[in-house]
Parts: sequence; structure tokens; C-alpha cells
Amino acid sequence: MTYFPEEVVEHIFGFLSSHRDRNVVSTVCKAWYRVERLSRRSVFVGNCYAVRPGRVMARFPGMKCLSVKGKPHFADFNLVPHDWGGFALPWIEVAARGCPGLEELRLKRMVVSDESLELLARSFPNLKALVLVSCEGFSTDGLAAIATHCRGLRELDLQENEVEDHGRQWLSCFPDSCTSLESLNFACLKGEVNACALERLVARCVNLRSLKLNRAISVESLARILARTPHLVELGTGSFTVEHRAEAYQRLIHAFRKCKSLKSLSGFWDIAPRCLQAIYSICPNLIVLNLSYAPAIQGADLVKLIRHCFKLQKLWVLDCIGDKGLAVVASSCKELLELRVFPSDIYGTGTAAVTEEGLVAISSGCSKLNSLLYFCHQMTNAALITVAKNCTHFTRFRLCILDPGKPDPDTNQPLDEGFGAIVRSCKDLRRLSLSGLLTDKVFLYIGEYAAHLEMLSIAFAGDSDKGMVYVLNGCKNLRKLEIRDSPFGDAALLENVGKYETMRSLWMSSCDVTLGGCKALAAKMPRLNVEVINDRDDSDEMEENPSDMHKVEKMYVYRTLAGARNDAPEFVEIL
Amino acid sequence: MSTTETGCSSTEPEVTGGLGYDETELTLGLPGAGGSKPSETDRKRGFAAAVGLNVGAASRGEDCGARSSDSSDGSVSGAIKRSAAKAQVVGWPPVRSFRRTALRSCTYVKVAVDGAPYLRKVDLEAHGGYEQLLAALEEMFSCFTVRDYPDERRLVDPVNGTEYVPTYEDKDGDWMLVGDVPWKSVLSFFLSCFLTVAAVRFNMLRA
Repeated sequence: MTYFPEEVVEHIFGFLSSHRDRNVVSTVCKAWYRVERLSRRSVFVGNCYAVRPGRVMARFPGMKCLSVKGKPHFADFNLVPHDWGGFALPWIEVAARGCPGLEELRLKRMVVSDESLELLARSFPNLKALVLVSCEGFSTDGLAAIATHCRGLRELDLQENEVEDHGRQWLSCFPDSCTSLESLNFACLKGEVNACALERLVARCVNLRSLKLNRAISVESLARILARTPHLVELGTGSFTVEHRAEAYQRLIHAFRKCKSLKSLSGFWDIAPRCLQAIYSICPNLIVLNLSYAPAIQGADLVKLIRHCFKLQKLWVLDCIGDKGLAVVASSCKELLELRVFPSDIYGTGTAAVTEEGLVAISSGCSKLNSLLYFCHQMTNAALITVAKNCTHFTRFRLCILDPGKPDPDTNQPLDEGFGAIVRSCKDLRRLSLSGLLTDKVFLYIGEYAAHLEMLSIAFAGDSDKGMVYVLNGCKNLRKLEIRDSPFGDAALLENVGKYETMRSLWMSSCDVTLGGCKALAAKMPRLNVEVINDRDDSDEMEENPSDMHKVEKMYVYRTLAGARNDAPEFVEIL
Repeated sequence: MSTTETGCSSTEPEVTGGLGYDETELTLGLPGAGGSKPSETDRKRGFAAAVGLNVGAASRGEDCGARSSDSSDGSVSGAIKRSAAKAQVVGWPPVRSFRRTALRSCTYVKVAVDGAPYLRKVDLEAHGGYEQLLAALEEMFSCFTVRDYPDERRLVDPVNGTEYVPTYEDKDGDWMLVGDVPWKSVLSFFLSCFLTVAAVRFNMLRA
């Protein structure tokens, strides 16, 4: 082995940006472990309960950026009870003591209280970026503390959080001396914001490049803001309610024409179809377009717009775009990398909007596509096979057929062959979500071909334990497995227990796993937390000591160095 | 596959026919069966019923009915039971709560009154019928009172006696008189066509 001085090794490590690469080099030898840990600036904790905050701070004293994730992914769909856990406060408290030089904090699916935000605001004088994604537990009071105390804040990014509205003053709390903001996103806030304070703030933050407003901001205010921020690169509009004959609308069109740097657009709450014309001038430069919160826009209106967006790489729309609209996307947007088609009719009382035809059209026009989220009413094997042939670069493929367990409508067959074609053809596939009627066969294909698969979401699929076992034995790079309403039981759970220590987590709900099976797993694998989550509604009917034969409604298993957590609510049992 | 345009137009006869809601409701039962009022089991339940919206269960669009009856599972009632069970599924489809609530709030519509300096927003779902809606509008635009007519009720400006009739602009851009269409039809139309609700306004036009 060649010996380099530590400074050289550290310099080489500086070229490793991915935390995974850094994790790997730190296991080579003690010297490298030491150099790596002292030089790591950015730390990623995928599961807040996998390790204690104190341990993280102790290992990485030079940490400047911290990312922590809390609740399991299925919490997004209300499958995890409200007060399950994922509290940010312990992390902020420990970081405040051990790492006061923190510059960036990113939290996802965590419970963040106003108290945590106040502590954060006062403890980190160098804080430059705060990003909260799908979090809850805080109000605009917490935001006021951030605005007041975080001098030099460059980025405040609030994505899809549940924020309680305690008034509009928080934005006014940014002092007049604050000129450092480069990115401000408060699109998820429900309440009013002081529009004048906002206009003054954006005017004095000359480096502002990304601004995402909430629904409460009027078109008049937007026009004034855009007039002050002609260098914006990303814009999320507020409420786009305006009469197309009104003066405010004309001023808006004029303001948009001046924003020559705009590459990303989102928002468009309540926009009426006629008003889409306002952004025609920007379309040729657009890289990212999110119209998925504009339910009033139908396919025909979207099509007029999309034809001009030939540089588009990322498109999020509602299924109102229709199969025909997707065909226009396919012919216009040759650079498309990511497409998300969301359902406009979540409650199932409407008619089909997109089907397999739209997806096939997209695949034949947009061969660079690597990320897909597609909600549709039906899918066929033939279509999936065609898509697999046309688009071999998928890294993320998530298909949601709205009717659970629905077969191929042409052949009445399960969709095993279709998904099989996808995993065979897309060798770089890292994330896959399945739907429709599926037997154990699809899991055989996945286990055999999806060599790089890291995250798999299963719902209403499979026939027997064999399905789950194919996946556990086959997918060498599997990190997250989440399963609901599928017939996998104890035999599958206990077949390959060592596998779970190579993964971040396993979620199983409404499956056939029993309490006895969970206990057996916990007994065999002490470095896993096996959480049995009981539904509140059932808890009255549950006996004091349920038998081991009792089926577990929800189970969450994850590897951990921290042992059983001490903040679990009574309805969570950690075995 | 039908696009949204044709999909929505299939509901036009229902909405503008002026028939009672129950009579125009599509069911999966055989024609003439079940008497005048379709029974609970004959209606295909959508998620609307599952989430407690008292919309009733209009089976909208011919493809929904056609697909169920073509299902290889056989009997129509089997399809209904499956869809009823499906309707209870928590967390399906997998759409984030943020997105669900953002699109759900589209039951608010704007109300403009000729001559009033600003618009108000009213939640259609919060009212059980036209009577209640009119009462709510009366409260919002409190300068007006309600006068009864044989077929309809109108808001009246007590100062000059001008009468106002509530109208709304539907997705075709036509101004429709509120009250022609049974309330439940209108509400289910609004709720199921999220794409059009945002574009609907109630305008009080001078009678």
C-alpha cells in the first residue's frame, strides 16, 4: 500500500461529493477513517432513528451541512399515525451544542416545533440555508424567529409542509439589513403575507434567483415583484386569479417579458385557461414547468403552451392533459427527462383522463426520459413493453393504476410481463413503484434483473411469500422496501433476516405478518428496531396481551445503532 | 380513450336536463329494475361516498359503467362490492395530503355582485342547497335582502328595488341561472370536475 501524507488523502477526498463514496472510503483503514471524518462537511442521515445525534456530531466535528429524514415514506399517504415520531428538536439541540458553525440544515418528514425553530434561529449564527420538506408541527411564529435572527440567510425553502397560520407578520421580520436571500419558497403557506414587506424584501435582495410565492399573493403583487426581480431564474406564482382584460394582467405580461432568465415556473393556483398566454414569452427558455396545481387547465389549453417549450426537461401536470396532450408533449419536448402526471380526480367519480396510450406516446418521443410518475386508469403489458424498448434510461419508474389490482384490460392478464420488460431493459433503475394486478412472477423478474434497484414500493400485489423472498434474495442494492396490502407473511419476513441490516428500512402494512413473526425477527436481529404500530381505532378492541398469531397491522423495521428509541408513543411497540 | 372534453360533455344532459337528480343518475342495475329510486346496492360507489361527501354516487361517464359490466369477474354486483370495498382504502391512490387538500379546496367559488366593489368567496360544500347558499350570499352582501318568487328567490337591493338573480359561468363560458339544475347535480358536477370549479363564478346580474 502506498502511503500518502494525510493532507494529500484529504485533498483527494475533497473530490468525493457523494456521501456514499465518502462512507466507503472511510471503511478502508483507520487512517482513512480519521482523515475522512475530520474533513467531512456534508452529512446525510437517512433515518433519524438509525443513529443518535450526539454520535453524528462527535464523528464529524467539521460538519457544516446536515440532512436528516424522519418518518417512513408511506407517512405521505396517511399510513403512519400522526404522532409516531421523527422529532427534529433532539437534532437541533445536540447540533447547537456540538456544531454551532452549522451552515445548512435539511429536514424531511420530521416534526419541527416552533420551539425547535427558535432554538435553531438563535444557535447558528452562520446558518445560510434551511430546507424543510413535508414537515409539520410549526407555525408562522417559528418562521418569524428564523427571519428575525438568521442574519446572512441565503435560502429558506419550505416544500409541502403543514404550517399553522399565526399571522402574516413573519415576513416583515426580515430586517432591512437582510439582503442576502438567494432563494425563498413559501408556496405551502396557507395564510396571507404582508405583500409590501415582500416587495421591499425582494427588491433589496439583489441576488435573489428563486422565489416561490403562496396562493395568497395576488397577480397585482406578482407584477410588482417581477418588476423588481428581473433576474429570477425560478418562479412560483401566487394565485393567478385575474381577468384577462384587466390592467394587472397586461402589466404581468409586460413583467414576464422582461424576465429573460426565467427557466422554471410553478404555482399557477386558480389560473384560468385564458391567462396562460401571459407566459408564452418564457416558454422557449423553460427547463422546468409545474402545472400540477392548476386544475382549471384542460388538455387543449396546455397543448398551446407546451408546443413552445422545446427545451423542457421537467414537466409536472395533471391528467387533464389527456393522452392527446401527452402526444403533443412527446413531439415538442425532446429534452424531457422527468414527467409527473398527477390525478385530478382523486375521489374517483370522473372519467378516464390518461391511459397507456399517453405513456406510449411519451416514450416514443422522449427517449431521454429517466424519471416517471404516472397516475392512470389502466395499463397494458404491450404498452409497458413498448415503453421499455423506447426508454432504456429510466432510473425512477413509478406507475400508479388508480384501480388497485387491475389487470391488463386487453388480455385480462396480470402486468408481470410489462414490469418485467421495464426492469430488464432499464439497467440503471433505482426506484420502482408497482401497481395493477401482479403475481409472484413480477417479483421473480425484479429479483433477477433489477440489480441496481434501491427502493421498491408494492401495493395489492403478489400471491405468496415467494414474491417477497425473490426480492429480498435478488436485489443486492435494495435499501428501502415498502409493502402494503399484499399476502406476504412470517415465512417471507424471516427467510433472509440478515438482509435487513444491509437496508435502511422495511415497511409492511395490511400484510400477513404476525406478532409472533415480528418477535422472532427482533430476537434474531438485535441491531434492528422492529416497530409494531397499532391503529388507534383498534386499540380499544385489542386485548391486553394479543396472541402471537395476531396479524400485525403495521410494521416498520430499520437498522439502528441507537437501540430502541425513547420517544415512541403508546401505540408503538418496539420489540 | 375519451379525453376530458368528451368525458365532461357526457354529463351535459344530466346537468342541464332539469330532471330530478335521482332520475338522471346512472346506475348499474337493469333498466326498469328497482322502481323509481335506485337502491343503494345498485349504485357504484366512488371515493366521494367513502370520504363522507354527501354527493350521492353518480356513476359518471359511460366508460365507468361499461368497464365494470365487462369485468371478467362476472356479475355487476360483484364489481360494485369490489368498488365499495376499494372505496374504503386508506391512503389510496398514493397522493400526498398536501396535494389532496390543495385540490380539494376547489369547492370555493367566487361570487361577484354587479356594483359591489369586491368579490367574495363561498364554499359550495358548506351549503346543503340553494336556499342555504342564497342565505349565505345574503349575509355576505348584507346590503341586499331576499325576496320570494314562486319559482325562485332573488336578492333585492332595498335602496332602488333592483333585483339580482344568481348565475354562474360553466366551463363552456355560458351563464347559467342558478336554480335550474338540482343542487346535488351541480355540486357533484363541481366536485368531480375539479378542473372546472376554479373557473366557475357566481355573478349576480341585474334582473
